[in-house]
Amino acid sequence: MTNNKDKTLLDNSGVDKTGVDKTLGEVLRSQGVSRRSFLKFCAATASMMAMSPAMIPKIAHALESARRPSVIWLSFQECTGCTESLTRAHTATIESLIFDFISLDYHHTLQAAAGHAAEEAREAAMKENDGKYLLVVDGSIPMDNPGYSTIAGISNYDMLMETAKGAAAIIAVGTCATYGGIPHADPNPTGAVSVGDLIKDKPIINVPGCPPIPVVITGVLMHFLTFGTIPELDHIGRPKVFYGQSIHDRCYRRPFYDKGLFAETFDDEGAKKGWCLYKLGCKGPTTYNACATTKWNDGTSWPIEAGHPCLGCSEPDFWDGGGFYKSLSMPTENITQTAIYTVAGAAAAGVALGAMNKNKKSSAVAAHNKTTIDDLEK
Amino acid sequence: MTEIEFLNWVRGPGFQIAVVIFIAGIIIRFAEILLLGRKTNLAEAKGSEMSGGLRTIVTRSFPDRGTFQRSTFTIVAGYIFHIGLFVTIFLFAPHILMFKDVIGFSWPSLPTPVVDAVAVVTIIALLAVLAHRMSNTVLKFLTNTEDLLVWLVTILPLITGYIAFHRIGMTAPSLLAIHILSVELLLVILPFTKLMHAFTFVLSRWYNGAISGYRGVES
Amino acid sequence: MSASLEKGINALKEQVDSTVASFFSSCVHCGICSEACLFYTETGCPTSTPIHKAEPLRRIWKSEYTLLGRVGKMFGLTAKVDEEMLTKWETRVYDNCTLCGRCSMVCPMGIDIALLIRKTREGMAAAGHAPEDLIGATKRAVTIGSPMGVKLPALLAQIKHVEKDTGLKIPLDVEGAEYMLLLSSMEIMNFPEFIGAIAKIFTKAGVSWTISSEAFEATNSGIQIGVADIAAELVQRIVDAAEKLKVKTVISPECGHAYMAIRWEGPNLVGKPFSFKVRHILEILDEFRKDGRLKITGKETQRLTYHDPCQISRRGGVIEQPRKLIDMFSDNFVEMPDHGKMNWCCGAGGGVSSNERADEVRLKVFQRKKDQLDEIKPDAIVSACSNCRIHLEDGLEEYNMDIPLLSLTETLAEHLAE
Repeated sequence: MTNNKDKTLLDNSGVDKTGVDKTLGEVLRSQGVSRRSFLKFCAATASMMAMSPAMIPKIAHALESARRPSVIWLSFQECTGCTESLTRAHTATIESLIFDFISLDYHHTLQAAAGHAAEEAREAAMKENDGKYLLVVDGSIPMDNPGYSTIAGISNYDMLMETAKGAAAIIAVGTCATYGGIPHADPNPTGAVSVGDLIKDKPIINVPGCPPIPVVITGVLMHFLTFGTIPELDHIGRPKVFYGQSIHDRCYRRPFYDKGLFAETFDDEGAKKGWCLYKLGCKGPTTYNACATTKWNDGTSWPIEAGHPCLGCSEPDFWDGGGFYKSLSMPTENITQTAIYTVAGAAAAGVALGAMNKNKKSSAVAAHNKTTIDDLEK
Repeated sequence: MTEIEFLNWVRGPGFQIAVVIFIAGIIIRFAEILLLGRKTNLAEAKGSEMSGGLRTIVTRSFPDRGTFQRSTFTIVAGYIFHIGLFVTIFLFAPHILMFKDVIGFSWPSLPTPVVDAVAVVTIIALLAVLAHRMSNTVLKFLTNTEDLLVWLVTILPLITGYIAFHRIGMTAPSLLAIHILSVELLLVILPFTKLMHAFTFVLSRWYNGAISGYRGVES
Repeated sequence: MSASLEKGINALKEQVDSTVASFFSSCVHCGICSEACLFYTETGCPTSTPIHKAEPLRRIWKSEYTLLGRVGKMFGLTAKVDEEMLTKWETRVYDNCTLCGRCSMVCPMGIDIALLIRKTREGMAAAGHAPEDLIGATKRAVTIGSPMGVKLPALLAQIKHVEKDTGLKIPLDVEGAEYMLLLSSMEIMNFPEFIGAIAKIFTKAGVSWTISSEAFEATNSGIQIGVADIAAELVQRIVDAAEKLKVKTVISPECGHAYMAIRWEGPNLVGKPFSFKVRHILEILDEFRKDGRLKITGKETQRLTYHDPCQISRRGGVIEQPRKLIDMFSDNFVEMPDHGKMNWCCGAGGGVSSNERADEVRLKVFQRKKDQLDEIKPDAIVSACSNCRIHLEDGLEEYNMDIPLLSLTETLAEHLAE
């Protein structure tokens, strides 16, 4: 956490009271963020969310006058990759600004408080902002045995249900929270489920990805702060503005797919020339995410640009797609083996049926009475 | 069931079930046919069964002039959609990958836009074939439910494949899953319908050629 | 009087073998066979689609010999063969099919449809659904020895005439002769010149031959009606006579189905290979030609064409021989648009000519032959089947065409050098 602004946030032990009563504009100015860089941020956000430039002043106005919402971040069966994704920026970036816009009242990786103090902070935030706070969840919830994952002796399920009750909206971050993710992968030993599986009565915004693109998380929060509503979602709860197009459709290697030019291995001529990675198992055609347009690490690159096929991490069950290096058109099971067993079994069945046929014919021949000219009429 | 679960199912267990029925069906059908056997011909041979049979397997792909003139539409449309099916099934890169995964080897593919165009032509040919079937006196008379079912199950993978490729109407995983499912449907019904001709044509042509060849006639 | 549906169904079950099963498995209902059948092209009647005629056999195959058909049968879903159906199919199978096999040549799946219809007739006949006239002909063939009721005295009388006309001896029951000649009733009654022609040619060629008084009839009604047992009985008579006379080769005369019956179905009907060879008369004549035993003089100047009898050319394999023989006496030979193995049937084979009920349709479908002839306008038609010959004459008269019919053998005999 080398970021100064992050430090400001983290200096608060437990509950950050400093900003709750101030507007975001006041907080930003008190922290030395210039009006210019703030507008730049607003412009970037608008463009990212495909809004018209005319919206920029409105966003700026809305953000400046908004009060910092209380945010409770719960981490269940997860790897902290989502938090890493959000916080690992080394310089002051757009996404790091997010921490200035919210009052992160509970996040057991980032908060300084520990033990009872930490839990008290959560309870206090819930009480003070009842019905208004945002709940962010990363990680899946084990439904098999609650003992698989507990925090302060509270099962993930209990903590989620308790905290969700008073939330204005829930943002499920990462594929584990949105669709079960890796813990949910076959055979799903912990009985992992997603937030959406358990909570039906609150608006849930799914921000899947393993991890999700940081600006997507930022964008969703911005939208909430600016409009007070949740963005338009697709059929599996993802903000359409980020998940509306497939990787394949926005991929810069798409022309190679259309021409039928494929890398066959990771080190062949095709790979060197940057041809399509479909044959190496790319899940781009069935994956909806913004990687191809926003890229990663401040727009430096993204997996396919780095020469690796898309894993499809923002889709449900991406771990059970039959292997990352198996093309989409390949069956996920071992069909060769199936075929061999079938041939053996069917050969036996065929011989049996063939014998029945032969038998039937023999009995027809045996039943044959010699036809004479007296047998031609009825 | 989410759409990716659906896709995973059709790529996994669904495909497995379809392949089992497909392979078992074909083997059973062949066993049913071949184990019936046929009597040895006791008449003195005038020509070779084997060469006659092999010859006819090839030559029946090419109609004689008179037949071509009398059944031009059936033959031309038939050629188009059969070649079209061959190209779309066997020369499309993603399909070749599937074959490679199952049978262990692969072959070169055609550029995607070419296959795309061929798919459109094939769909049009199949639609024309149906229109012809419903309007021609003989075909209308011969047509039964199975003919229509088989037509539908043949054109579905083409249409779903085309839609999946161009992502029309739904999200990609659902479209791809529906496409694969339609192929599985085709695999499942193939051995038990007239689609079986894709395999038994070798037998029937051989028998025809052998029967004629034995009598010294090139059929 | 014991034909029954059960017997018919049993007979159909007996007919199914791997060829039948593979044929029905391959049919895609493309309808191309209809365009190869003159009973469809000239009538436009879809029930004459060749593969459709074999439907009774297909239903039995499907319900008895396929997994799906058997399962369907349990639930009453697989189509059944019943009296009503067979009644409907009787005219399709007998009146509107000559077993010419042109459909078998065009089927893209290689289905030998004519074979399927031939097999279907076995079931139809056993079920009592053969045409009355064919039953009558068959009875005469078995009891009298000829479908037309020709008895030995009639033959002897004709032989006498021929001997008088030609001055040549017609050898009867000569043991150890090289060739034994069979005759069709039609040749005996309508074209006795054929016997004289043979006598002339064989005498010139210097080969020994004979006619058996015990088995001279070449035709086989059992084949046409579709009763293998009766066909076998008729074939057995010839086998017995040939073995008794110890001949080397039995000659099938100018008759299509007789050649099919004795040459290709014969040994299979009686269940053992013959101890003698069977040849069509054209094959024998062509052998003579090759051996230089035929000395020809004078050429026909008229424009000749050759009508291929289906069972001799397409179904029998005797295609080149007639052309080579005609070449010997003609410089003006012209082929019909479809010829050889693709020739169109005259419309009266396969028992159709013996079935009065089919008279109207057989003359109607003659239009096909007329169209073929109109394209080349020959002066005369040569053929090698008495049945074709009679029907062609009939048809030409019906359509007011004046083209004489010639027997190849007889024409050749006329051109023999003295």
